[in-house]
Amino acid sequence: MLFDVRLPIGLLFLAIGLLVAATGLTGDKAALDAHSAGVNIDLIWGAIMAGFGALMLILAAIARRKGEEPPL
Amino acid sequence: MHLGAVDWGVISLYLVFVLGIGIVSARRAKSGNDFFLAGRAIPAWVCGLAFISANLGAQEVIGMGASGAKYGISTAHFYWIGAIPAMVFIGVFMMPFYYGSKARSAPEYLRMRFDEKTRGLNAVTFALMTILNSGISMYALAKLIQTLHVFDAPFAAMHLPQSWIFHGAILTAATVVLVYIYMGGLRGAIYNEVLQFFLIVAGFAPLVWLGLRQVGGWEGLQTTLGPAYTHAWAGMAHANTNKLGVDWFGLSMGLGFVLSFGYWCTDFLVVQRAMAANSMSAARRTPLIAAGVKMFIPFIVILPGLIAIALTSAPDKAGHMPAPVAAGHIVQHEPGVIPIKIDSATGKPMLDAKGHPQLDYDLATPNLLLRYFPTGMVGVGLTALLASFMSGMAGGVTAFNTVFTYDIYQAYIRRKASDQHYLMVGRLATLFGIAASVAAAYLCSQFNNINDFLQLVMAFVNAPVFATFLLGMFWKRTTGHGAFIGLAAGTLTAAIHHGMTLPMDDLPGLKGGWISVTHTYASEMAQNFWIAIWAWSACFITTIVVSLATKPKPDAELAGLVYSLTPKIMPEKGAWYMNPVLLGVIMLTATVALNLLFR
Repeated sequence: MLFDVRLPIGLLFLAIGLLVAATGLTGDKAALDAHSAGVNIDLIWGAIMAGFGALMLILAAIARRKGEEPPL
Repeated sequence: MHLGAVDWGVISLYLVFVLGIGIVSARRAKSGNDFFLAGRAIPAWVCGLAFISANLGAQEVIGMGASGAKYGISTAHFYWIGAIPAMVFIGVFMMPFYYGSKARSAPEYLRMRFDEKTRGLNAVTFALMTILNSGISMYALAKLIQTLHVFDAPFAAMHLPQSWIFHGAILTAATVVLVYIYMGGLRGAIYNEVLQFFLIVAGFAPLVWLGLRQVGGWEGLQTTLGPAYTHAWAGMAHANTNKLGVDWFGLSMGLGFVLSFGYWCTDFLVVQRAMAANSMSAARRTPLIAAGVKMFIPFIVILPGLIAIALTSAPDKAGHMPAPVAAGHIVQHEPGVIPIKIDSATGKPMLDAKGHPQLDYDLATPNLLLRYFPTGMVGVGLTALLASFMSGMAGGVTAFNTVFTYDIYQAYIRRKASDQHYLMVGRLATLFGIAASVAAAYLCSQFNNINDFLQLVMAFVNAPVFATFLLGMFWKRTTGHGAFIGLAAGTLTAAIHHGMTLPMDDLPGLKGGWISVTHTYASEMAQNFWIAIWAWSACFITTIVVSLATKPKPDAELAGLVYSLTPKIMPEKGAWYMNPVLLGVIMLTATVALNLLFR
């Protein structure tokens, strides 16, 4: 079985995104915010990366359901 | 700055995925066509993103940040003038010949169109320069990682001397790239480049967002830095009235025409990505899709430099930067993001001709990253840096192994062998190419000037090449002798022009003037652009003159290789975004709009 390049991209972004967002949630909030101009960048950007990863996985799944030939 | 467990986790995840893609691609790398051309089966959007990524190496990411800090938003000319028009040109006009001729490499096109000697010259210089380039960028990455001190703690914990960070960085990066290209060939490289593209964006976009928040947005940058930094076309009427030291003619002819078209329309590293596309239409759309993304890359690679200089107090103190013309002033923040350059031999700050300390602009982007990213995001940022390095290097290595196998080995060493034999040679060339890059990286670390010297030689060789391809594709009268002698004349002209001119404030030597100084340029960049203009013109004229005096190939042999002898491609039926000409017009219009916006 071959795969679609969106699959590894989706998985990697989901994994990294969740990992970084979790750090933003559980880490020392004051220290994190002080580092990045008062923004919890770990949480925000981690969530965005995870969302992008999920989107890629959904697109790959739709293409697969439609029976499109995987590009790889 | 110490790396946390999360940062290590992010970097490790990236490495696992990159290697995984190589391993999966290996199952489809069973023939030469698979290994060197990815089976010509890749969809346009994948080729387009790979096209961008292969040209977004670490040197570019770091260099554009440095240039942004030094010259401001004018650096975007390297994209808006120096890339987009050429990318549109290759997609609309040149790709039909590259893809349609079924050549497996750019030098091979030259053999089909001209003759063996022109191909040989192009193949050998390309192979050599690609390897050296990849070595130079490997050296730059390893040096940077060492300077950032992010790996000091783990190396100390393992009782390894700090100098091993340099070796470790080189060996790790080289081994990973080796594994995925050796196994997956061009397909492995292209799929990884797409992944790497998204990671580079994910690493640098949040940096720009945080940085802009800190400096008060684009308006904040404008008031802090003044118009010279934030207007791309300010003072371009004359070379002495803008930061680049170039006038609009040198900029548009030297950078916008000769250098840009020479690279984007002839360099096999670039062309190979489009040649892997699954149809003629996809091949033509590849550089056009890439152009659509490329025009926005300045916002993630150049803006960090502007933000860093705005947050740095050093230029104000050093008196390096003229006082902004606007009411704004350089905001003082301690310590500055961009440090003063230290001479590694003496440990003292390096001074310029006026006795002011120089800034280490190359650290603008990396230092900004360490300053604003907390643990977690630092891992993402370092991964982006690593991804950009690997995509750039893989681009060079895949182009090298193809040119070596088909244009050097098959042409001069073993003409008739099985496909499997050439596949094996391609794999060995990958191994050899990476080993040679590593050697070049160590050479750079031994001899400081070798880097400058190599860049110079590459400039001499590259400048005239576009004239050869242009005449070859659009004038059927051009002959092989004309092309070969024209190339030689162009390179010679470049060297002579360099020998007779010098940038202001430089001493004769590696910077020029080694014959005699007959002209002084306002900047090194102006000198580079004018060398290119002279070299191109010499090649163009010589090729025409020699061609007229020699016998051309019969028309029948040139079908599919020259514009006037190739059936016109009818526009494909389908959605508007499938039409290369329309896409090209859209890209050019958007680029003009960006230039107007940041004029």
